[in-house]
Amino acid sequence: MTEDASRMGIATWDLGITCGNDTSVQVDRGEPKQRKARQSTTAMVRVWNDQGLVGVTSTNDLSPPGLTAALAGAHQASAFGDAQSPPRLSPQARDPLTPLHQPPQPTLPMQTLLERLLDAERQVLSSHQAISTVPYNGLAQSQRERLYINSAGAVRRQSTTSASLWLYPRAEEAGRKPRSAGAVRLATGVDDLDLEGCIAEATERTISHLDYAPIDTGVYTVCFGPEAFLDLLWAFGSMVNAQAVLDGISLSRRSSLGAQVASHLLTVADDARHPGHVAAPEFDGEGTPTRRLPLIEGGRLRHFLHSEGTARAFADGSVATGHANLGAKVTLSPQWLDVEGQRGDSSLSRDSSSGVVLIDSLSALHAGVKASQGSFSLPFDGWLLSGGERRSIEAATVAGDIRSALQHIVACEGEPQCTPSGRSPHVWVEGLTITGEA
Amino acid sequence: MPSLCLDPPVTSRLDPLDERWRSRLEELLAAGMGAGADLVEIFVERNDQLSVLAEQERITSVSPALGCGAGIRVFKGNCDGFAATNDLSGPALMTALEQALGMLGLCRSASASRWQGLAALRDYGSVKEQWLKACPTVPDAAERLRQATAALDRHGRHLQARRASFARDWQEVLVAASDGTFARDLRLHQTTGLTLLAADGDHRATISRRDGRADDPDFLANWPVEDVAVSACRSAGKMLYADVVKAGDYPVVLANRFGGVIFHEACGHLLETTQVERGSTPFADKIGQAIAHPAVTAVDEGLSPNSFGSLTMDDEGMAPQRTVLIKDGVLQCFLSDRAGEMRTGHPRTGSGRRQSHGFAAASRMRNTFIASGPHKPGDLIDSIDHGLYCKQMGGGSVGPTGQFNFAVEEAYWIENGCLREDKPVKGATLIGDAVTVLPRISMCADDTALAAGFCGSVSGSVYVTVGQPHVKVDRITVGGR
Repeated sequence: MTEDASRMGIATWDLGITCGNDTSVQVDRGEPKQRKARQSTTAMVRVWNDQGLVGVTSTNDLSPPGLTAALAGAHQASAFGDAQSPPRLSPQARDPLTPLHQPPQPTLPMQTLLERLLDAERQVLSSHQAISTVPYNGLAQSQRERLYINSAGAVRRQSTTSASLWLYPRAEEAGRKPRSAGAVRLATGVDDLDLEGCIAEATERTISHLDYAPIDTGVYTVCFGPEAFLDLLWAFGSMVNAQAVLDGISLSRRSSLGAQVASHLLTVADDARHPGHVAAPEFDGEGTPTRRLPLIEGGRLRHFLHSEGTARAFADGSVATGHANLGAKVTLSPQWLDVEGQRGDSSLSRDSSSGVVLIDSLSALHAGVKASQGSFSLPFDGWLLSGGERRSIEAATVAGDIRSALQHIVACEGEPQCTPSGRSPHVWVEGLTITGEA
Repeated sequence: MPSLCLDPPVTSRLDPLDERWRSRLEELLAAGMGAGADLVEIFVERNDQLSVLAEQERITSVSPALGCGAGIRVFKGNCDGFAATNDLSGPALMTALEQALGMLGLCRSASASRWQGLAALRDYGSVKEQWLKACPTVPDAAERLRQATAALDRHGRHLQARRASFARDWQEVLVAASDGTFARDLRLHQTTGLTLLAADGDHRATISRRDGRADDPDFLANWPVEDVAVSACRSAGKMLYADVVKAGDYPVVLANRFGGVIFHEACGHLLETTQVERGSTPFADKIGQAIAHPAVTAVDEGLSPNSFGSLTMDDEGMAPQRTVLIKDGVLQCFLSDRAGEMRTGHPRTGSGRRQSHGFAAASRMRNTFIASGPHKPGDLIDSIDHGLYCKQMGGGSVGPTGQFNFAVEEAYWIENGCLREDKPVKGATLIGDAVTVLPRISMCADDTALAAGFCGSVSGSVYVTVGQPHVKVDRITVGGR
């Protein structure tokens, strides 16, 4: 790479590579269905030309000719680089890394995966007579190796393993609509997966939706479960994204730092290195070490996610925060959100409240969220609470404005629970519109 | 685990995917059949992609991407094993085959297979070889995108962000199977996008327009930049100060073109054999029965020239068809691929599709639309006292029990048979399920048109078109505030 770069007159470059081996199985009513294995590589080459303009090319061919071709492609593309805000190598790409303690787990034979998934499916199917299929199911394991190197001598390398189990049963009773809910578990290896917990959660959730009723359209207090609240925060991640601020598509502005953007009860950090984050990255696409970053404290906006380029553009002492994705235009995204709310109104409780909508999971976030406008209108799975009793809601959407919703948080209940995308307690929000299907 | 050392054996980009692959593929297929497989299929591809983004007056991203790989699928009884690799070298492909065989408890044997070999190559790509060279260069694309953002600037008000994008995907594929299938194709897909964010105080509106065509190197040159920009800016002007829609049940008129996304999501997916296999479609045993209003005839086909979902062959080497799904409200058939035919008995329809070599093919839609009816669009409006006109649809999805939801990007009230363009509303979401809504599509206009889109499902993201005429739904739940 170095020699090729020199030959092409490229003094500055960097390279990010990800290699993976994935295996997965799927079953259908006691029989193996599909077994899959995938070996994959992806590489992104970024070069700076003699005018300081940047070009990139991605490839999945890691051979010397393949990488040389990508280097040449990136060099050609650099002629069209953005002269106004070209990125630079991250000054933190050579900083010492604190290793994460997630030792890679061994890969299990596919037959073992099949046996465990068949057993899980059998337990789900036998849990209730209304459950006749588990149409969406799978057990997967993955090995990943990441590499980041650059012409300034940075070398980052990390190996991770992960495993996932998902079970989404379908239940149907005579004369009633089919119902479905599910559960997902992640771990660093198949042996560490909480199979029993996943089975129990998938069946309990699905069964709890069998007895459903329509809900009257109106304005309700809503209690978001941890997954649902985290999904909402992720969907509006541009609020804390410095690149989105610079691009003018964020609800926030540079001057928003310090502003009260949420109820004083809400505190949110992004913490890629949290022990609950499976296969957590030690560094981002620019080689910058990951870290815990306070985003909202007591409702006040404290920090934005930054790349090398946005931190330089802000010129306010900001530094890259370990959230960058390599590309012709560097993008930013959260890693793993950690919500730590204060209790607030202690009279609000899932065990005793009435007339409250408890939202378990949100759907169709790609369609129902207008991140630049702040609005959302999303279908959900959930229950109407009555004195702590739960009755499944037949079909409904929840709608609101994220800025208003965050300001109207009235309680954060229970211990934060870990999910694949972060950690959160149950979060209560007043004044959201629920539309029930007639 | 693949190594990150930079000297493994590799693929060569100077190795065309054509007749010269015959012996390599036959060796793999013979090995698979010799191991006891019922059928072995190999999908090989190379890609050359480019995407360009303009923001305001600047080009902020030029991203070329090169790729290659193979997916090998082995069938035995009703089961299949699938292995994919980026490495097109002989040893790597044999390793992938052995992996797929091993998933089914099969292993290569020394004994020779009785397999008869591949048929003559059907080369659908030979007439397309020059298309890539005819596609726009990066400077051409950059100039066109700058024209687009400039047009937005000229026609829009209160614009806070303007974006124009272009993407080109050139794919070379070779499909070989132990039933003798041997076919090659070249595919060209190009898309353009225009997005603006208008903001005035607390009022905000985001408007997007997307278009796409297959097998048309001149697509970008012919992109009607000015018209698209005017349309987007006009919508933004209407929606910036629009009221939020009041939630409730309404009669609705859905505009043509991208309005067809509802049929695609709410009904089309339920007519794929993958859903029949899973037991997750309510229509599994409804062939010959009425599942929709008699006004509804729906088609899925891969034949319309240059339409985004059109194919010369599917990803299993089969020529596409015109498949009538619903005729006068009565279910006619399902969309089926090789595995779907084997597991459900529904014959293949040339609908086996996949995003890339990394996915096994599955039954997927192509160009899916509701056919034109006898009415004029105005007739539909005239028939409604108080309802909603959904002019531009956003995205949507369907859940595992068939419940769908769709965001409406641009909508207006209908009052006393009149379209009130002075009463735009935003924040609407249409929700329901196919079983309930299909019988409520009571009127179809005579203006069916198609719109390009992307569909994500079990075999990844594939190019599709959706379409319909203006249709009236007698009653549907509209989520709002």
